[in-house]
Amino acid sequence: MSRIISGLTALQGWIDARFPFTSQWKAHASEYYAPKNFNFWYYFGALSGLVLVNQLVTGIFLTMHYKPDALLAFASVEYIMRDVPWGWLIRYMHSTGASLFFVCIYLHMFRGLLYGSYRKPRELVWILGMAIFLCLMGEAFFGYLLPWGQMSYWGAQVIINLFDALPIIGHDLSIWIRGDYVVSDATLNRFFAFHVIAIPLLLLGLVSAHILALHEVGSNNPDGIEIKKNKDPVTHLPLDGIPFHPYYTVKDSFGAMVFLLIFAIIVFFGPEMGGYFLEANNFVPADSLKTPPEISPVWYFTPYYSILRSITTDYMWIIRAAVLVMAIAIFWSVKTNWIRWGTLGIAIVLALLSWVLDPKVWGVGLMGTSTMIFFLMPWLDRSAVKSIRYKGPNYKFAITVWVIAFLILGYLGTKPVSDVRTLVGQFCTTLYFAFFFAMPWYTRADKCKPEPERVTWK
Amino acid sequence: MSDDKKMNPGRRNLIVLAAATGGAAGLTTAVPFALSMEPSEAAKAAGAPVEADISQLQPGQKMTVAWRGQPVWIVRRTPEMLAELPKLDDQLADPKSLRDPDTFTPPYARNENRSIKPEYLVVVGICTHLGCSPVDEFAVQPEPFDPSWQGGFYCPCHGSTYDLAGRVYRNKPAPDNLKVPKYMFLSDTRIVIGKDEKGEA
Repeated sequence: MSRIISGLTALQGWIDARFPFTSQWKAHASEYYAPKNFNFWYYFGALSGLVLVNQLVTGIFLTMHYKPDALLAFASVEYIMRDVPWGWLIRYMHSTGASLFFVCIYLHMFRGLLYGSYRKPRELVWILGMAIFLCLMGEAFFGYLLPWGQMSYWGAQVIINLFDALPIIGHDLSIWIRGDYVVSDATLNRFFAFHVIAIPLLLLGLVSAHILALHEVGSNNPDGIEIKKNKDPVTHLPLDGIPFHPYYTVKDSFGAMVFLLIFAIIVFFGPEMGGYFLEANNFVPADSLKTPPEISPVWYFTPYYSILRSITTDYMWIIRAAVLVMAIAIFWSVKTNWIRWGTLGIAIVLALLSWVLDPKVWGVGLMGTSTMIFFLMPWLDRSAVKSIRYKGPNYKFAITVWVIAFLILGYLGTKPVSDVRTLVGQFCTTLYFAFFFAMPWYTRADKCKPEPERVTWK
Repeated sequence: MSDDKKMNPGRRNLIVLAAATGGAAGLTTAVPFALSMEPSEAAKAAGAPVEADISQLQPGQKMTVAWRGQPVWIVRRTPEMLAELPKLDDQLADPKSLRDPDTFTPPYARNENRSIKPEYLVVVGICTHLGCSPVDEFAVQPEPFDPSWQGGFYCPCHGSTYDLAGRVYRNKPAPDNLKVPKYMFLSDTRIVIGKDEKGEA
């Protein structure tokens, strides 16, 4: 036994003389000090990583049987489901993983909103995370075309046509994306390339950068205070920190087991999730001449889709009013002259564009804005404190309203349009954006509670 | 490499220039990759006109023809349907097809019916919003999307509605009327799509 251990120790020494194995393990695991007060919300970063691995592994095995060809694709997916040994399991793991990826990412992002994890010095952690989120949306979109079902086809048709709406370059850009004048074999073939290699490489790089940036500044925690402010005078280690390994590797393993239990229940008992994870219309082969009577995106895109649908000719008046209010508010509260006049200039341009450009272009622009606006969170939030535990009533009220609006928008996106639903959608769209655009003012005016000196922990 | 610690500005400038040129050349190699994603010659060639036989089409019926991978609808409208069209003008976004007519409405379709022969409507069945194919709702009856519905097309994706001349209703997401392709009658019962007296589309 002792000879084996001494042999392994010698091997470790041999490696460490040639590769930073032990030092990296220490820096990122056994001597990475994370706050000791992590709660439930802190599971979802690690779980997102777990789902990423699931998607990569199942994806590799699916590509062994899938054919990226408009004539063969639909049948090859059915072949995987019926003829490939255990193919059904691998595909359901992949499709369930796609939806659960978004569950984990949304909860992970919401944790950031709750505890102010985007604020100084974690702006880059947040921005890299947002880049991962955008890549993930692209990955999901490209992947959704591959089964070449009706929803695949018409979903891609609609999303590519979003680019067509852009002024001047839009039409040529959409043809370039499709590689054809309509969604066709050329489109399917390139989406396959994006889905299986281009975006996954980008994702892996961004995830590494996200973790590196996090480990540079250290993790935030539910109290939103820096554990590096209270260090042991002798060891210089944070008093409220514990090594990631073994403490959080054990905690995350427990989380992973619960998560995998839920994952397995869905895979084995409800992989279609009542049409929310796999839509019924996608079991019909793509038909370029006929849109399914009821079309809606997969659940994770529906809030933004609702925002897109909400922008009508009448709603342009709300946009004009919002531009006016924002211009007055910025002009009134910022004293720097160039910002004041710049704001005035931008407001005039936006007001003119509200007449020049179609509501459709605004719909596309606002849908894009609704996903990208999170990038600005580090600079929109002007609260004196980071965590919602010590924030005042303004932020608590605002984020509650925003979550409700987000959920209603998500629900409406799964339903066909009607006059009432459009009005509700427009109301929720307004609330959605108000949460972000009004944030500098209501957070600055918030009556925050004093933060504790040390993390609170029971 | 010289042992002299002084910077040699001539060499520094040469390096900057060489790096900039090399960088520009490197970026230029992206061009063929980007252009490789444009439609191939085969895709460009696949846009030939198509012919349709409309002899079996009864009044009130619609048939669909595939042209350039898109659905083209031919609707044979009844006199009642045609009589309804002028009454809808004030509810439509662009009743006279004045918006960008060169793209959406050939000269011979710039009329109330948006067609050569009033009876036959020929339009590309792709919503001008985001490209879904609207569904037929020809019956005059209250619909969830419009309680005073007079018959036409309804887009299931984002709720745009069109009348039976393919004209879009006001305050809907779609900005334009359905596109009327170039077409002409070869005989009373045969139509060619993608081509008219002036040439191919």
